[in-house]
Amino acid sequence: MTTLDLAAVATTLIAVLAVPLALAAYRMVRGPGYADRFVALDMLTAVVVSLAALTALATGRGAFLDVGLGVVLINFVSTCAFATFLERKRGRP
Amino acid sequence: MIRGVVAALLLASGVAFIAVASLGVARLPDVFQRMHAATKAGGIGSSLVVLGVLVAGGVARPLTGVLTIVLMLLTLSVASQLLARAAYMSGAPLHGIDRGDPLAGVLDRQGGPPDEGAGPPPEGGGPPA
Repeated sequence: MTTLDLAAVATTLIAVLAVPLALAAYRMVRGPGYADRFVALDMLTAVVVSLAALTALATGRGAFLDVGLGVVLINFVSTCAFATFLERKRGRP
Repeated sequence: MIRGVVAALLLASGVAFIAVASLGVARLPDVFQRMHAATKAGGIGSSLVVLGVLVAGGVARPLTGVLTIVLMLLTLSVASQLLARAAYMSGAPLHGIDRGDPLAGVLDRQGGPPDEGAGPPPEGGGPPA
């Protein structure tokens, strides 16, 4: 019976996720507008939730799933607040 | 055994979705197209990864994972809609539209792209709020 080592799979996928992290960070640093940076923040949230879930699988500690839940909630509130401010901005602040 | 294979497939496909989404975020020419990549593919990708972790088992609290997936699918769409509306109204440039702006008379739109402290403000930048 061959066993599939899911912890090793999760560790490998964590290493693979460094590439999306780098691409989102590139857009965050580069992106010409405010909205581009918040789109990059959305992308970073998706990457970070996946990283937290994979870490939970790799280490066997379920508390890392709570980290992902917290990041999702904070991202929602911050994006809503930022969208309100950007919509209210007329000309120069 | 079967469960482990299914979990590994879910994890790998989720990571592949996230990789494609971040490629789109880095490469597409426009805020709205970048948002299209980040929100849909990114949300599906991370939901698949969390689902794969739940299928794999061995994690103490599965309810947290279910809650994460539900909240992510609910909030990412709402947040991206708000952000797209705000970006349009603040005058983010639109690329690849050749038949005019279909939202031209619907939402009021500021003149130029939002500058970040460099250069003069756009002329007549929208009505005062």
